Amino acid sequence: MPSDPKIQKIFRPDDRTSSDIPLTESPVHAGFPSPADDFLEGSLDLNSLVIKHPEATFFARVEGDSMQDEGIVEGNILVVDKAVEPYDGCLAVAYIDGEFTLKRVRMEPDRILLVPANPKYPVIEIAAGQDFSVWGVVRWIVKQV
Amino acid sequence: MYGLCDCNNFYASCERVFNPSLEGRPVIVLSNNDGCVIARSNEAKRLGIKMGQPYYQLRKLIRREAVAVFSANFTLYGDMSRRVMSLLRKSVPAIEVYSIDEAFLDLTSVDEGRLDELGHELARTIRRHTGIPVSVGIAPTKTLAKIASKLCKQYPKLNGCCYMHRPEDIEKVLRRFPIGDVWGVGRRWAQLLEKNGVRTAWDFTQLPQAWVRQRMHVVGLRMWSELRGEPCIGLEQHPADKKQIATTRTFDRDIDDFEELHRRIAQYVAVAAEKLRGQHSICGEIHVFILTNRHKENMPQYYENQLLKLPVPTDSTLELTEHAVRLLRQIFRPGYAYKRAGVILSDLRSKSGMQTVLFDATDCAKHDSLMKTVDALNNRFGHHRIGTAAEGFEPFKMNRNHLSQRYTTDWLQIIKVKS
Repeated sequence: MPSDPKIQKIFRPDDRTSSDIPLTESPVHAGFPSPADDFLEGSLDLNSLVIKHPEATFFARVEGDSMQDEGIVEGNILVVDKAVEPYDGCLAVAYIDGEFTLKRVRMEPDRILLVPANPKYPVIEIAAGQDFSVWGVVRWIVKQV
Repeated sequence: MYGLCDCNNFYASCERVFNPSLEGRPVIVLSNNDGCVIARSNEAKRLGIKMGQPYYQLRKLIRREAVAVFSANFTLYGDMSRRVMSLLRKSVPAIEVYSIDEAFLDLTSVDEGRLDELGHELARTIRRHTGIPVSVGIAPTKTLAKIASKLCKQYPKLNGCCYMHRPEDIEKVLRRFPIGDVWGVGRRWAQLLEKNGVRTAWDFTQLPQAWVRQRMHVVGLRMWSELRGEPCIGLEQHPADKKQIATTRTFDRDIDDFEELHRRIAQYVAVAAEKLRGQHSICGEIHVFILTNRHKENMPQYYENQLLKLPVPTDSTLELTEHAVRLLRQIFRPGYAYKRAGVILSDLRSKSGMQTVLFDATDCAKHDSLMKTVDALNNRFGHHRIGTAAEGFEPFKMNRNHLSQRYTTDWLQIIKVKS
């Protein structure tokens, strides 16, 4: 079945779109069944690739250029998974000083660093007691070429 | 065992997920049209802000205490609720979605030795995956599970889950639990019980069964048994269709003009009728009410409502609008400033069981196909692009001066991240 082109379908994280039943195209009563029927697997769903935890997945839009050396630029869409535990070196949406920021997170024994990918920007060291949290870990980046 | 998972201060918590600077600050959420308070963070509760309190009474306090104020963003709350419910569905054998922020859990088949761990795990997972804090109560009955989840909120040390199963623990809790806070005890029963010396849930369980049955009938008896640990209320997994569909609104301003009221009523009929068709029902009654602003005590006050039993049940917006406008004409009195109005459809029945009336004047088939087309167009192009002329050309207007973004359902409003 062709999927409904409603916008909602595309951007709501949705795990109901896959099916275990192979779809068959040729009507049962037709003369020769298609030899491909037994091998049909349904179509590929991009959601199943980029969304591992539908309930925990949120989208965010990039502003600024501090990550440009990793190819992440203004307007790119981030697929953020809050279920993933932050790990050393992860790309994360962090919340610091009242705003969301995108950086690599370095976890050292006695401190946390937010590392940009653009020499114009300084590395941010998180001071003890500073208002900081990792909001979610970035799993995929959607960008138009 | 049964569980109840209740999201803490749900609407306020949703706003916090996308605005972490609100953590630790008082937050309130206002009803449609920014009329009154419908959700409060714990900090706002501590300031003495009450549920249902009109917004205008709070302006001074809000400024002094830097309270963060939000207009209800039901698109966002609905999506966050869907996420929470989905996690619950994946973790327990069955759930009953009880409201936007609460679900009962069927834990009858879960090994009791695992329940405490399961409840804590649920609270942790939901918090981490969605950002929403929840309170999970687990107990032998649904009524007790509700109480257990309230305990979680009172005692943060429980870490989001209270497993209450030993009779001596239950007794201890019930002895301190006010009878009026028990699930299903309305104001009338609370008064009746207090008059009979019942102050706590425990007092109630000590009443003789015959007394309860005589004075509070089968519903009261069920509550009594549930509090005594005997499950009487099972899980409703497929809630019945709504028995009543109401669209009622507080206006963004006072309205004294009949034409304007007429337009609003027609808009409400359109919304209600669309819901009616959405659940494949027809209605046999329509009810219209109007009322003045009761917070302006110096103004003349008026309330009137009128119910009409329809000769032939219908789901047609056209027919229902005609009836509603007739009712409005009957109850409208000039010279009053109206602040609120509503349309309620009741006596709902399944459309498929509809009996055809031989001499019905309206052409049902024609109305049917028209309504199908209208619903399809509105669905596709946004709400109320197509409506009756009675609805007027101005779209629904609501005061929503503090509306947050639709962070999870609109590409143009997703969170922005500085890089």
